[in-house]
Amino acid sequence: MSTNPSNGIRLSRRRFLQILAGTAGALVVGVRFAEAGEPPLPAEWLGNDFHGLGAYVRIDSDGNVLIGARDPDTGTGVATALPMIVADELDADWNRVSVVHLGLGVEAGDNGKPRWTYGHQRGGTGDSIPAAWADLRHAGALARWLLTQAAARRLGIAADRLHCEAGTVIAPDGRRVTYGSLVDDASKIDLPQQPPAPKSPQHYTLIGKPVGDANAHAIVTGQARYAIDHNEAEALVAVLLHCPWPDGTLASIDPAPALAVKGVAKVMQLKPDPAQQPGFTVIAPAVAVLAENTWAALEGRDKLKVEWKPGAGATESSVALEQQATALLDDKSTAAPTTRVRDDGDVEKAARHAAVRVDATYYQPWLAHACAESMNCLARVDKDKASLVVPTQAPQQAWAVVQRLTGLAPEQIEIRVPRVGGGYGRRLDHDYVAEAVLLAKAVNKPVRLLWTRGEDLAHDYYRPASAHRISAALDRKRNVTAWNQRVASASALAGRGVPAERLWSSEVSADQLPAGLVPNFRSDWYAQQSALPRGPHRAMPHLANAFAAESFIDEIAHQLREDPLQTRLRLLGEPRGIALKNGGTLDTGRLRNVLQLVADRIGWKNWLRSINGLGIACWAMDGAYVAHAIETSLQNDKLGIERVVCAVDVGRVINPLGLEGQVAGATLDALSTALNLAITTKDGEVQQRDWKSYPLASMALLPDSVETIIVSDDDRPPTGASFLAMPTAAPALANSVFRVSAVRVRRLPLLREFQRLL
Amino acid sequence: MAQAQAHGTPAVPDNGVAAETARNDGIAVEINGERFVHTGDPQMPLLWYLRDVLWLTGTKYGSAHGGSGADLVLVNGRLVSAITQPMAKLAGKSITTVEGLAAEDGALHPLQQAFIDEDAIGCGYCTPGWLMASFDLLRRKPQPGDADIDQLPNSCRCGCQTRVRAAIKRAAAGKAGQA
Repeated sequence: MSTNPSNGIRLSRRRFLQILAGTAGALVVGVRFAEAGEPPLPAEWLGNDFHGLGAYVRIDSDGNVLIGARDPDTGTGVATALPMIVADELDADWNRVSVVHLGLGVEAGDNGKPRWTYGHQRGGTGDSIPAAWADLRHAGALARWLLTQAAARRLGIAADRLHCEAGTVIAPDGRRVTYGSLVDDASKIDLPQQPPAPKSPQHYTLIGKPVGDANAHAIVTGQARYAIDHNEAEALVAVLLHCPWPDGTLASIDPAPALAVKGVAKVMQLKPDPAQQPGFTVIAPAVAVLAENTWAALEGRDKLKVEWKPGAGATESSVALEQQATALLDDKSTAAPTTRVRDDGDVEKAARHAAVRVDATYYQPWLAHACAESMNCLARVDKDKASLVVPTQAPQQAWAVVQRLTGLAPEQIEIRVPRVGGGYGRRLDHDYVAEAVLLAKAVNKPVRLLWTRGEDLAHDYYRPASAHRISAALDRKRNVTAWNQRVASASALAGRGVPAERLWSSEVSADQLPAGLVPNFRSDWYAQQSALPRGPHRAMPHLANAFAAESFIDEIAHQLREDPLQTRLRLLGEPRGIALKNGGTLDTGRLRNVLQLVADRIGWKNWLRSINGLGIACWAMDGAYVAHAIETSLQNDKLGIERVVCAVDVGRVINPLGLEGQVAGATLDALSTALNLAITTKDGEVQQRDWKSYPLASMALLPDSVETIIVSDDDRPPTGASFLAMPTAAPALANSVFRVSAVRVRRLPLLREFQRLL
Repeated sequence: MAQAQAHGTPAVPDNGVAAETARNDGIAVEINGERFVHTGDPQMPLLWYLRDVLWLTGTKYGSAHGGSGADLVLVNGRLVSAITQPMAKLAGKSITTVEGLAAEDGALHPLQQAFIDEDAIGCGYCTPGWLMASFDLLRRKPQPGDADIDQLPNSCRCGCQTRVRAAIKRAAAGKAGQA
C-alpha cells in the first residue's frame, strides 16, 4: 500500500481549506474521493461500465493504481479484500495500490428507476466476498487485457505472448513496459466483445496472502474520515431527543429555552411516517435542535422542555416478555406454535420410546448494535441535487430513502460512503438518513446529524430476546432419536413487509444443527408481540440458536456421562453431505474437521482431569464451518477466560490476515456480548443509555489472545466470514463454565446469571 | 470562533501561552505543538473544539461521558477524555491528539507502526483512542505486563483487543516495523 506520510496538523489544515472551498476532493467519472490528501489523481479510468461491471481501476502515468472498494467496510476488511481480488487479476504491484471507498454507483435507468453501476454494494451481510468473487475478478482481468493489448501494439508482439507482473507487461525477449506508460493508450482501446477470462488460480500472487488493512495508515494517524468526521462550512449540527416510546407522541414542547442558547438556530419536530416500513422512516417521534456547532446543539437539547405521551407499548417490559415466553413454552402450555418450521419423522413417537429424555430452557436477552460510530449523516438537499455522506451498510437502500423524501431523479442523488465505524446490521436501516434529509430540506442548509450515545442505545432496531425450550429423546444406544425445539420471540421481521408465515425466518433457521442429523426433528416458533423496534443483527438467527443448541448438546453429554466432543462426533457421524432445505449441503466432514482441530489445539484429551474447564461448540452456516474451544478458570468465585481457540473453514481464503482479524474480532464480540450485555425495558422504555449500563467487555475480562486456525480450501469458492465466529463462542464458554464450576448457565448475560447461581 | 496562531515557534512554555490568553481575551491552548485561541463558549468541551472548530477529527465522539475511550487525548501529559474537559480548564495547557503522535516529517510513532504490523484495527473508529491510551501506558511503563495492559480504559465492539495487546507488546519490545 502506498502511504501518505505527512504532518498531521498540516494535512488537516489543507483539508480544512479544501472543504471550505466546497470540494472535498476531485470528482472524476462519478467517483468522489473519500479522503483529501490521497495520492495524486490519475488521468484515466479503465474498464468503465463494461458489460454492467462498474469502474474500479484507475492507473496514472507514474504507475500508481487506484482501486475502488464498492462494498462499505464496517470493519469487515472488504475495503482490503475486494481490491486484492482486482489487483491480483490486474497483476498490479500492491505497493503501488491505493484503495478508494466508492460511493453509491447510480445512474438513470429505465422509467426513472435507478441503475446500480457497481452492482453489489452492501457490507456486513456475509455476501460481499462471494459477490466479488463472481464479478470483480473480471473487472481486474479486463483492465489487464487492455494494458496487454496496448503493449502488444507498442512492441509489435501478439498479446498472447506477453505476460504481466507487478505493474509491468513483459515480452518473451525480456522487454518490459510499465502500466503507467501504457495506460493512456490502453484507455483508448475498444472493449472486447466477451469479457476476458480471469486468471487460473495457480497464478495468484496476492489472493491467499496476508495483507494488512488498506486504510491502516490513515486510521492510525487519525486522518481516516468517517461520515461523522465530514463537515460543510454552512452546515448546521442537529442533535435529537427521541420519544422514549417508539409509538408515543409529542404532548407539548417549549422550544424557547433551547432557542435562547447562543448558536442554536432552530428547534424542529420529526415524526415517523406510518405508511413506511421500519428503517425507511424516522424511528420514533423526535425533537431536533439545530445549531452552529455540536456543543450549542447539545446545550440547547438539555434545555428543551418536552413532554411525551406514551403509546400502547408503554405497558411493556422485558421481564414480562420473558415470563410470557417461558409460559408459552412450558410443557403444560397448550399454546399452538405460530409456525412449524420443520418436522422430520415423528418426535412424539420417538419421545414415547425414549430410554433417556433431556429437557432444558434457555433465555437470551434483547441486544443493541452499539456501533462505535453512533448514527449520523451529513445531508445537503438542493432543488436538483442531494449530496450525502452516510455511514451505511447498504447505500442502495439509503438512496431509496433519499429518493422518496426528495423526489429527485436517480442520478441527482449522490451518496458517499467512507469507512464505517461498525454496522452489525444496524446500518441496513436508514431512519437516521430520513431524519437528516427531512431536516436539511426544512432548513435549506446542509445538516450534520449526530446521535448521542444515549439516543443510539435507547433507539435501536434491537435483536429480539428469545426463549428456547429443547427436548431430546435418546435410545438405549445413547443415540439422539428426537430433537424438539421450540422458540418464542418477537420477530425482527414484523412490520417489514414479510408475510406472517415467514416471520419465523429471522428467528430460526430451518437448517440449523442438528437438523438433518436426527431422524425425528421438530422446530416450532411462537410469535410474541412487542412495540420495541427490531431489526437485523449480527449472525442472526444463528447467535441465539447456536447458544441454545450447543449448550443443550453438552447437557445431553452430561446426562450420558460422556465426553461432549464424543457426543458431537457421534451426532455428526461419518463425513457426508446432507441436503439443506434452503439449498446447499451440510458437509459433516468439514464440520468434524474444525471441531477436531480446536479440540486438538486446546488439549481436549485433558478434558476430564483438567482443573480448568474445557468447553467446545461447533456450527455451520451459509456454507462455512466454525468451532470454538474455550478454557476457563475459577478462582475465589471469579471466572477467568484462559484460552480461546477457534477454527474456521470458509473455502478459499482471500486474505488470511483479514480473516484472522474477523475471527478474533467476532469471537471477542460474542464473548463480550454473552458475558455482560442486555437491553431491558421498563414501562416500555429502554433502560440502557450509556456504556456503564451497556458495558462492552473490558480488556481484563477478555482472553489475551484468540488462537485461530484457518482451513483453506482452494477448490471451493470463498464465503463471507465477518460474523462466522459469532455463534459458537458463547456456548463454548458456557460449556467450559459448567466444567469448571458445575454451574449450567442457561440465561444470558452470563456473568450476572453465574453469580446468581453460584 | 478560534483563530489559528501563525507563530512559527511551537513549544512555547505554558506561562507564555497563558500570558497571551489574557491579551486576546480567549483561551489559548497548544495542540500538537501549534497554538490556537478559543474565543467561543468557555464551557465547550475540548472534543467539540477539536472536531467542530479545528476540524481535527481524529479524536472521536464515543459518548457523553467518555467511557469507550474513543476521545482520549493527553492534556499536559495526562490521559483524559476530551469530552470531559471544558476549554475553560485548558488555558495554557498542552494537548496531544492522535494527529500529533507521528513526527513532524510524518514518520510514524512505533506504536502506530506496531498497530499496522499487528493489523490491530477493527472498524478503526476507536483506534485513535487505543493509541492514545497505549502511548500513555508505555510512557508510564515502558515494559508493560498483561495486567498493565488490562487496565486500559478503552472498549471496542469489533474485538480488536487481542491484536492491540500484541501491538503494545511489539512496540514495547522495539520490534515495530520488523517482520
